[in-house]
Amino acid sequence: MELLYASCVGLLVTCGVFLILRARTFPVVLGLTMLSYAVNLFLFSSGRLALNKAAVLGHAEAYADPLPQALVLTAIVIGFAMTAFVVILAIRGRADLGNDHVNGQETSKNKTKGKA
Amino acid sequence: MTLLWIPLLSFIGSILSSFSGKLSRNQTTALTLVTPFIALALAIHISPAVFAGEVLRESTAWIPLLGLEVAFRLDGLALLFVFMILGIGILVIFYARYYLSEKDSMPKLFSYLMLFMTAMLGIVMSNNVLQLWIFWELTSISSFLLISYWGHKSEARKGARMALAVTGGGGLALLAGLLILGHIVGSYNLDVILQSKALIQAHGLYEVALILVLLGAFTKSAQFPFHFWLPHAMAAPTPVSAYLHSATMVKAGIFLLARFYPALAGTDLWFVMVGLTGLTTLLFAAYVALFKHDLKGLLAYSTISHLGLITLLLGLDTELATVAAVFHIINHATFKASLFMATGIIDHETGTRDMRKLNGMWRFMPYTATLAMVAAAAMAGVPLLNGFLSKEMFFAETLYQQLLGSMSWLIPVLATVAGAFSVAYSARFIHDVFFNGDPIDLPKEPHEPPRYMRVPIEILVALCLVVGMFPNLVIDGILSTASSAVLGGDAPEYHVALWHGFNLPLLMSGIAVCGGLLIYTQRRYLFQFQASLPPLNAKRVFDNSVYNIVKWSQHKITAIENGSLQRYLMLMFVVVLISAGWPLFEMAQLVGGKRPTEVDMHNGIGAALLMIGAIGTVIWHHVRMVSLLMVSVVGLMVSVAFTRFSAPDLALTQLTVEVVTIILLMLALFFLPQRTPKESSSIRVLRDIGISSAIGVVIGSICYAMITRPLDSISEFFIANAKTGGGGTNVVNVILVDFRGFDTLGEITVLGIAALGIYKLLINLPLFMPASDSEGRPWAKERYPLLLASISQSLLPLALLVSFYIFLRGHNLPGGGFIAGLITAIAFILQYIAHGSNWIAERLTINYRKIIASGIAIALLTGVGSWLFGRPFLTSWFDYFDIPLIGKIELASALAFDLGVYITVVGATLMILASLGKVTADAPKEEVNF
Repeated sequence: MELLYASCVGLLVTCGVFLILRARTFPVVLGLTMLSYAVNLFLFSSGRLALNKAAVLGHAEAYADPLPQALVLTAIVIGFAMTAFVVILAIRGRADLGNDHVNGQETSKNKTKGKA
Repeated sequence: MTLLWIPLLSFIGSILSSFSGKLSRNQTTALTLVTPFIALALAIHISPAVFAGEVLRESTAWIPLLGLEVAFRLDGLALLFVFMILGIGILVIFYARYYLSEKDSMPKLFSYLMLFMTAMLGIVMSNNVLQLWIFWELTSISSFLLISYWGHKSEARKGARMALAVTGGGGLALLAGLLILGHIVGSYNLDVILQSKALIQAHGLYEVALILVLLGAFTKSAQFPFHFWLPHAMAAPTPVSAYLHSATMVKAGIFLLARFYPALAGTDLWFVMVGLTGLTTLLFAAYVALFKHDLKGLLAYSTISHLGLITLLLGLDTELATVAAVFHIINHATFKASLFMATGIIDHETGTRDMRKLNGMWRFMPYTATLAMVAAAAMAGVPLLNGFLSKEMFFAETLYQQLLGSMSWLIPVLATVAGAFSVAYSARFIHDVFFNGDPIDLPKEPHEPPRYMRVPIEILVALCLVVGMFPNLVIDGILSTASSAVLGGDAPEYHVALWHGFNLPLLMSGIAVCGGLLIYTQRRYLFQFQASLPPLNAKRVFDNSVYNIVKWSQHKITAIENGSLQRYLMLMFVVVLISAGWPLFEMAQLVGGKRPTEVDMHNGIGAALLMIGAIGTVIWHHVRMVSLLMVSVVGLMVSVAFTRFSAPDLALTQLTVEVVTIILLMLALFFLPQRTPKESSSIRVLRDIGISSAIGVVIGSICYAMITRPLDSISEFFIANAKTGGGGTNVVNVILVDFRGFDTLGEITVLGIAALGIYKLLINLPLFMPASDSEGRPWAKERYPLLLASISQSLLPLALLVSFYIFLRGHNLPGGGFIAGLITAIAFILQYIAHGSNWIAERLTINYRKIIASGIAIALLTGVGSWLFGRPFLTSWFDYFDIPLIGKIELASALAFDLGVYITVVGATLMILASLGKVTADAPKEEVNF
């Protein structure tokens, strides 16, 4: 199962990074979201994978590591705030610059395409 | 804390005088003078202990692990400088009162001067070298402010910039040198460093450290070849020059040499570097000074020359030479400060400082002229004045050294030559200005200055005379104390006297005086010769090199920073790839020793869905809506994974955040193009696939390596103490609100800031409401579906009840402020979706900013509350109460903290979504195409 888990994390990182390297804002935002899933899963797994050992006292014999969980919990919320900020920035950028290219301007090739 | 108060008082003075804009000129001056007087009185009060040979120390640990402390130290050398800095500082401020015109801002000058005074006091009194360095840089910065006081003049700005560049650059070298010293000794404490001479000089890095420290000292003290900034710093108001270039700024470098003398001196390298630099500077600057037509220019080069003399004395490395150096520090400060002040008067009363115009001033201002002439005679080294005594000692010491082996006789000869030039320029100062015919078209009719403007000069000139005539009476105590501090032991037997009999030093003095007068009378030929030389302009060399450096770095910056986010990210990912991937190749085995767990069907299906979602997002990323839905699949599977792997709190958070995120992104998609154009070239796509797969492989491998190894965690502590110490059984929640509550407080603050940032970004958004989707289909007319509206309304109380329940149980069962806050927010967002924000605005007037603020305030106050019980910030408290009918319940202060978290999350989430939603509601009805 560890192998499967690590593969999932690796795949999420791959997809996230690929999307972040795209030229338009929206895929970049999706890529960031994906990458933050991967990072959260990665950090969470530093407490190792445990089945049926939720860290609620009195509900199990042994407990999963609660510390990474607490850290990831706030990371999820902060991640949301970050995603929200970036996406609003993308909207504002498009409103001010007139396009949604991450470099702030259409490349010359696309300008002609956009007009057509 | 007496020592701390000395710099602190002058800093308070700086702040006080900066607020004195409404006061009259006399009141401002009086107010500014209060604190340095108190500081001086304080210094005098504690001085008997220092004179008795004690070293006073005070320190407070700051970050002990890094060797950082706030430490002050007062020994003889420091005391001497404290007296000079405060004493001459007071005189300069008094003088500046009469020097400044009505137009000049007095509070500005005074507060800068006092800031500078603080920095100087800090340098001389620091007992930690890093602290010393901070004050050192503060002198660079405050002198920049002082030199550029008349910021409307281009020469003032340029001069200030040059001074800052040279001394600031030297400061960086000094920092490196001090860090090396600290590294060698193992402590940044000055006491420790000064006692580690053998250790430092045996170390392989001694040479490097010495050169770096000397670079700092030489740039500050304007030693050749770094001297060129000082003449340009003369663009400052004259009181500033009088202060900076007599007793303080330039003496800081000398102070540094003297301070580290016990630890660094005594080697051949020290002799060569310090001695020869001093000698070159002494000679070169004394020669150049003669040719300056500007009075302040002459004094500037004379200052450089005298600093060279002191440097040379410290480089001679005999004990008596050190005493002479300390003595000359005092003497130079007194006569040079008074000369600068006299120059200021002449400039003030005639409107020029050009010696070709200034002639015959004796007739107009005999009193000032007398004072200036006495001071200039001290500078030249005329008997009965203090300059004579230290110059005699200097001449004597040049005779007793073996610096240059068999060529050591050169040093006394060159010293005499420099002495002759110093007599020549002093003679020029006296004769050219006060005699030598009539003035030539002066801008003003000269006359004596206001009475009190002369008082500071009178005091200083009186000092020159008294020290010159009765040296042992006046100066002996401070001189021997300061010298023994420099030498790091007892001061040697020395004898300061007017008359040592006919000896070689006296002969050298005689030759210097006669030679100087001869040079002066024959100056016409020298001036002609000098004019025939090609002009060597250090300023132009400096300006050119600065220009070239700036051009070079601009070129580099535009090459690196070309404005392409794609490229930055690509480069960053490549760096991540290399730095994270490299160690993997050095690891023997990827898989660790932990027994692997079986893959069951549920996990397999979940993983498959997650992978499909992730790949689907990439494949369909040109159709944004589809890729967004695919991302939501991934998010959902992540929350399922959290559930599966024993993290119910995470699963709940992920689920609720997922809902909010997807709603937000859908809303955002309304403002963005629906499709991403295909514009990446195939090569680009291939490259990006390569980079991203490589990173994925590396991160996946690291993850695998990590989770297959046994766990060694600090969490046992949390599990053991959650119930007993935090009063809750849900360990994750107890960590959040109790053990690591401070982290959580930071996190909700970030959340609030992000929400406020979004609020600001959406203000005055230029609208571009699309009239139809990308296929050209118009948006639906019925904006709010009836069914959803009615269901959502009845759902609201239920949802709020659920969130309340989740909130309350959070301490003991999965739940808590974060999750409950998100559920509440979702319930409200549903209302927005079902009814539109105008409908909500009619019914609810909520200021989300205030909600966020109150949430953070509640959390903060809960933390502060523990102070009332004498506990550290955020210490939690809980107890059990028996309440009739309800039964035994637990109350914990952590609940109040969690309430703050809850309110902040609700406020921030709703603010983000409602702000964006409101933009659509406010949109004008006309259609705007894109």
